[in-house]
Amino acid sequence: MIKFRLEERAKSPYWLMIVSPFIAILVAIILAGILIILAGANPFESYYQLIIGAFGSKNSFAETLARATPIILTGLAASIAFRAKFWNIGAEGQLYFGALATTLFGTGLVVLPSILMIPFLFIMGALAGGLLLLPLVFLKLYYKVDEVVTTLLLNFVVVLLVSYLLEGPWKDPMSLGWPQGKSVIDEGVLPQILSKTRLHLGFIISIFFAFSVWFILSKTVIGYRIKSVGLNAAAASHAGVPIFKTVLIVALLSGGMAGMAGVTETAGLKGYLTLDLSPGFGYAGIAVAMLANLNPIGVIFSGVFLASIYVGADAMSRAMNVPTYLADVIVALTVLCILLSLVFVHYKILFFGVKKND
Amino acid sequence: MIEFIEIIFTAGFWAATIRIACPLILATIGEVLCERAGVLNLGIEGIMSIGAMVGWMTVFLGADLYTGILAALIIGGLFGLLHAIFTVYLGASQHVTGIGITMLASSLGFFCFKLILPASTTPPKIKPFQPIDIPFLSELPFLGPAFFQHTPFTYLAILVVIIAFWLMNSTPLGLSIKMAGENPMALEAQGIDVFLVRTIAVVLGSALMAVGGAYLTLSAFDAFYFGMINGRGWIAIALVIFASWKPERALLGALLFAGLDAYQVRAQQLAGAVIPYQFFLMLPFLLSIVAMVIAAKRTRYPKALLIPFRRGERH
Repeated sequence: MIKFRLEERAKSPYWLMIVSPFIAILVAIILAGILIILAGANPFESYYQLIIGAFGSKNSFAETLARATPIILTGLAASIAFRAKFWNIGAEGQLYFGALATTLFGTGLVVLPSILMIPFLFIMGALAGGLLLLPLVFLKLYYKVDEVVTTLLLNFVVVLLVSYLLEGPWKDPMSLGWPQGKSVIDEGVLPQILSKTRLHLGFIISIFFAFSVWFILSKTVIGYRIKSVGLNAAAASHAGVPIFKTVLIVALLSGGMAGMAGVTETAGLKGYLTLDLSPGFGYAGIAVAMLANLNPIGVIFSGVFLASIYVGADAMSRAMNVPTYLADVIVALTVLCILLSLVFVHYKILFFGVKKND
Repeated sequence: MIEFIEIIFTAGFWAATIRIACPLILATIGEVLCERAGVLNLGIEGIMSIGAMVGWMTVFLGADLYTGILAALIIGGLFGLLHAIFTVYLGASQHVTGIGITMLASSLGFFCFKLILPASTTPPKIKPFQPIDIPFLSELPFLGPAFFQHTPFTYLAILVVIIAFWLMNSTPLGLSIKMAGENPMALEAQGIDVFLVRTIAVVLGSALMAVGGAYLTLSAFDAFYFGMINGRGWIAIALVIFASWKPERALLGALLFAGLDAYQVRAQQLAGAVIPYQFFLMLPFLLSIVAMVIAAKRTRYPKALLIPFRRGERH
């Protein structure tokens, strides 16, 4: 039997760190290509259709960027949290909480001029997302209740709450029986930034937050503390880093980002809250963050990449008769391939002691 | 008010409890196996989903029901193997691997389902396991319809649980699994391959999760729906913590949980007009969180949980 062990590299080669995510994507695309062949289609033609579907026209390109908007924000949510090894898998629920806040404050309760209304909605959305996470942070810190499970479970609770509100008290009476929330008032709607497309101001805002998060994580004391808690919480505590406060800030920032993804979808893309507002944007954020190696600037690119897969897969599905679920398969394979590449970036594999059979 | 108490004294309530508990029991025992060996398996939700799909599809395409279970078992084991390669042999993050496996297993299942049945708007049905009457016992008043008129899959699930207990508590493999999760260095010092023990545990555990998923499509219902697992995997993970990683407590926890779930469905019918159904549907998830808080004070994690074992490295 071949025995091997992993030896940590003293320093990961720079070229390997740059190249490895691209290799990971390539491997994921090749593996998904096998599924396309199984579906009876030509993989090259299918991927061509996917690229055309995502970037082929002004309209499709705008659609890709519009789809990237919430994914970049949930990707930032995961990046911040995972840096501190705070496993917030609840971006989906936080997104819907942000959307609930947008509906609560944005449909007539508060009326401000646009220049104030839009920031106000983002603040409320971020607060809602952060506050949803708050009780779970206390459960983690006081009772050591694992946040992975609680954030996952809360996603289901929030979606049911949204379902209740949309079928009950918050249902738009004008919506002809379809469960949807009231429309966000004109002052709160995120303006189009490319005429005759669905691309809205939210995209610019998400990029702004990517740079803000980058600044916080790499240029401030808070960012340094977050990183140290993630690397070794015990050592960080000994060195005087306030663990409690840092985890709290991480949770508020992370939940806040995800909450704002709910704002961009409710006040930007749709204009009102629906039960299918997010087809798993919260979970996609985890893939985005991993692909970017938790780097906030990288999240912009990996977010656009993932969005292009989702948007392009719709077009490919129509043209080639391959189920759209291929997009989810590609995303999942990308996550696993990235993990694999990280192992090779950080460790050398040493083979030893090959046992002979005789 | 008396109606709310009467629910507990109907055979239907107890039969439903067993039915709801079965997939949870299988999944929870599966997760206990993984975690006792030191590996958190967050792939559970996806593995249950693909187990439900593969089991159902095998039967839909003409095989018999037992072959369906076997097919689910094999697909679950394969995803377990994938999980083990990542987390055990390569020492990758157990959190991210698990989420990745859940994403892959469920999307792959949906993809294949759509590929084989592209145009089905209403999910096609199969003839699932039928209840069998256990001679004599099923004739008992109350107890008969409550406990002895279940499907063969139900009895099989209970048998699996008994085997899992025996495996964990009375075999060298069970001891090795527990040691791999507590003190892998000591296990290695005994000349036992920690990687292999952990891999066996994760493969077996994942196979059980997939069979738990297949219970839904082959016994509890007769069709496969997207999102039919609906958080059962995550609830199972909460139950593992609630059970302090002990299989017998996991069994009890799953039964208790299923009982509450069966109760809320019936209470919902009584109180439907007053309380919206969504709040009843929230209960299982909220209860899982409450269960973890209750258990928090006395939980003792397996010491090596989440810690990858690396040969030639000292901890």
